[in-house]
Amino acid sequence: MALGDQDSGGEARARVGVRKAYKMFVGGAFVRSESGRYTQVRDHSGAGAVENIPRASRKDGRDAVLAAAGALGGWSARAAYNRGQILYRLAEMLEARRAELAASLERGGLDAGAAEREVVSAIDRAVAYAGWADKYQSLFSSLNPVSGPHFTFTVPEPMGVVVIAAPPRPALLGLAGALLPVITAGNTCVVLASEADPRTALVFGEALATSDLPGGVVNLLTGQLAEVLPHLAAHMEVAALDLHGVDAALAKRLEEAAAASVKRVRARSLGEAEWFDDGAATSPRWIERFVEMKTIWHPVGP
Amino acid sequence: MSDKGTAAAGGDGGSPRQPSAARDTAADAAVVFGDAWRYAPAPEGRDHVKIAPRYDLFIGGAWRAPESGRYLDSISPSTEEKLCEFAEASERDVDLAVQAARAAYEKHWSRLRPLERGKYIYRIARALQEKSRELAVVESLDGGKPIKESRDVDLPLAAAHFFYYAGWADKLEHAFPGRDPRPLGVAGQVIPWNFPLLMAAWKLAPALAAGNTCVLKPAETTPLTSLLLAKIIEEADLPPGVVNVVTGAGATGAAVVGHPGVDKVAFTGSTEVGKRIQRALAGTGKRLTLELGGKAANIVFEDAPLDQAVEGIIGGIFFNQGHVCCAGSRLLVEESVHDALLLKLRERMATLRVGDPLDKNTDVGAINSRAQLEKIQELVAAGEREGAARFSVSCALPQRGYWFAPTLFTGVAQSHRIAREEIFGPVLSILTFRTPEEAIEKANNTMYGLSAGVWTSKGSKSFWVAQRLRAGVVWANTFNKLDPSSPFGGYKESGFGREGGRQGLLAYLEVD
Repeated sequence: MALGDQDSGGEARARVGVRKAYKMFVGGAFVRSESGRYTQVRDHSGAGAVENIPRASRKDGRDAVLAAAGALGGWSARAAYNRGQILYRLAEMLEARRAELAASLERGGLDAGAAEREVVSAIDRAVAYAGWADKYQSLFSSLNPVSGPHFTFTVPEPMGVVVIAAPPRPALLGLAGALLPVITAGNTCVVLASEADPRTALVFGEALATSDLPGGVVNLLTGQLAEVLPHLAAHMEVAALDLHGVDAALAKRLEEAAAASVKRVRARSLGEAEWFDDGAATSPRWIERFVEMKTIWHPVGP
Repeated sequence: MSDKGTAAAGGDGGSPRQPSAARDTAADAAVVFGDAWRYAPAPEGRDHVKIAPRYDLFIGGAWRAPESGRYLDSISPSTEEKLCEFAEASERDVDLAVQAARAAYEKHWSRLRPLERGKYIYRIARALQEKSRELAVVESLDGGKPIKESRDVDLPLAAAHFFYYAGWADKLEHAFPGRDPRPLGVAGQVIPWNFPLLMAAWKLAPALAAGNTCVLKPAETTPLTSLLLAKIIEEADLPPGVVNVVTGAGATGAAVVGHPGVDKVAFTGSTEVGKRIQRALAGTGKRLTLELGGKAANIVFEDAPLDQAVEGIIGGIFFNQGHVCCAGSRLLVEESVHDALLLKLRERMATLRVGDPLDKNTDVGAINSRAQLEKIQELVAAGEREGAARFSVSCALPQRGYWFAPTLFTGVAQSHRIAREEIFGPVLSILTFRTPEEAIEKANNTMYGLSAGVWTSKGSKSFWVAQRLRAGVVWANTFNKLDPSSPFGGYKESGFGREGGRQGLLAYLEVD
C-alpha cells in the first residue's frame, strides 16, 4: 500500500492522498524527460495504481553527461575524507527513508521481507564505501623502486564520467552497489535505472539529493536502456561504461561504439545473491575498476 | 639517452632577456662548436653478430616454415640493405601457435611450481644480459636506432623487465592478497617497431610470471630481436609452446587478436589500430589491454632550470628519432622564457649527430621505414602549410636509407595538425602559455593521455601540475624515464591497462 495513500475511502472526511510525480535526478535537480515521454509502472503491492515514470531520451542522456562532466572537477578535487563523510551522510539519509524505500520495492513486486533485506543491505553498502573513500588509495598506490636517482610513485585517479547500467534486480542494491564504488573513486556518473523497477531508483535519488552530494555527481535516468545507452556509449566525454545485466547483443553493440574513443568497458551479469555478498561486493576490486593509475617521476639530487 | 654536451657558450641562468647582440654571439659560438668538431667514425663492431639468411616461425618449441611458404624481407632502414628473410605467418600458422600455447598452458605452465616458473624467466633475463651486445647491434641494424640507445636503454631495460617479473611469479598471492589471483590462459601479444625487444619483454615477462602462455607477433619492420629472443627462450629450455613467435605483417597480427583460442590480447601500437582491435573484440569476452599513441605536453615554466629542461626536451623528442609513444612532442613554454629557451634549443639541436646507427657517437639514427618517413614528411608539410614556422638543423644525411633532420616548429596553434596528431618522428611543436591554468588546459586538450612533462624549480607547482595533467605518466624535471618497477600506460585514447610494477600484473590475472 502506498504511503499515506487513502484515496480509496468513500467517507466524506477521508483524506485524499497526495501522489508523487516521479522525476529523474540530473545535475542536482529533479526533472522530467525533455521529450515529455513516460512509461507506466504498476503498483504490485495491492493498491493497483499505475504511475508515470519519465522515459529518458537521447537528449536527456546528453544533458546528464554534461552535468556529470561539469561536476567532475569539483568532486574529484574534494578531500577523500570529505567524500567519505558525504557517502556516510548518504547512508544516514537512506536509513531515514528505510520505510519509503522498502514500500517502493514492495510496489515493484518484492515481498516485505525481501524488500527490507534489500534496503538494509543498500544502506550498509553505503557505509562500507564511505569507509573506503580515504583508504583504497593506499592499497592501490606504490612507491616504485626504480634504478637511478629518481623518486617515483604511482597513485590512483578518477577515470572521469562513467555510464552505469544498473541491473534489473536487485533494483535498489544493484543501483547502489554499482554507483557507490564509482563515486567513491572520485568519478561522476550517469546511471540508467533498472527497467524492472525504475521507481525505487528515483526514491533513491531523493536520498542522494539530501546527502550533500554535489549536483551532477550522480545523474539518474529512467527509460529504455536499449534506446539511451548506445548514444552514451558513443559520447566522447564518457570515459567508461559499467554494464550490469545488459543482454549480450546490446552489450556487444555498446562495446563496439565505445571503441571509437577507447572507453573502458566493464560488463558483468551478477546473480542476485552476488549483490548481497557483502564481502565480495565491497572488495576494493570494485573501486580499482574505475581508477586510472598515474605514475609520477622526479629526480633526486642535492 | 642523450649525451651530456651542452651547447650554451655563455650565460645560462634562465635569464629571459639577454641583449640580442649577446644572443647572436652565443648562437654563433654554438654553431661553430657544433660544426667544428670532427668526429672520427666509431662504429660498433658487427663481426660477432650472426644473422641467418632466413628465419622461420617459433611454434611449440620448434622452428617451422610457414604453411604459405611465404617470406618477407627485413631491411635495414639506415642502408636499405636486406638483412634476412623472415616467415609470414598465415591464419593456419597462428592457429598452430595458439594450439601450442594452449597445450603448454594446460600441460606444463599452469602446473609448474610458481618458483620454477620464475626460474625460467630469470634464465631469460640472464641470457639477455649475456647476449646484450649482439642484440643491441641487431636492434640498431634492424630498426635504425642509435647503438648507444639500444646498448644503454633497450637492452638493459629488457633484461631488467624479465628479472623484475621473474620474482613476482611465486608472489602473486601477496600482490593481491585475499583475491585469489589466477592466470588467464593464452595471451596474444602484438608489439610495435619502435622498441622491438623491449616491447617483447614488456609483454612476455608479466604474462609468463602470471602463469600465462604467449603468442607474440613482432612488427614486420623489426622482427629480428624477437626471433633472437625466441632462440634464447629455446636455449633456456622453457617447455615447448610457452612462448611462440609468429612473424608477419598486419594480417598476421589480426589473426592473433582474432583467434578464438586467445584469452587475452595485449597490443601496443597506434590508436587507430587499437580502436579496430577493441571493436573487433567487442562481445568476445577476451581481456584486452591497449598501449596506444600519445601527444605528450612538455610544460616549461619560467622558473625552470632551463639548461636541464633543454636536455629533457631534446631527449624527450629526439630520443629514438621521436619514434616514442610517450615522446614530448608538444612543448608548452611560458611566454616570458620562450625566446631564451628557443635559442638554447636550436643551439643544442645543432650539436645532435644524425647518421649511422651503429656509430657510437650517433644521437639520432634512421627513420624506421619508408612508410614512416613519408608520414613524417606529410605532417611536416602540413605544419608549414598551416602557418607554423619550421626550423630543421642543417646536417649531412646519408645518401641511402631513411632520414629526417631534427626539426622544430614555432608559432604552433592548438588547431594545427602538428599539435594534434602523433607524428612519431623527430619533430617538436612549440606552443606558449601565460598562466599555469592555461598550460594545464592546453596540455589536456588532446584525445591522448599517455605522458606529460613539467619543468619548474618550485616543488609545490610541479605536483600541482602533475595532479592536473590527464596522463598516465608524468615526468617532473625529467623525461622519458622508464623502469620495470614503474607502471606505464595511458589515459583516454592512449589506451588502458598498465605495464610495469605490481599493477602491470593485473593485465594478466583474474582477481576475485
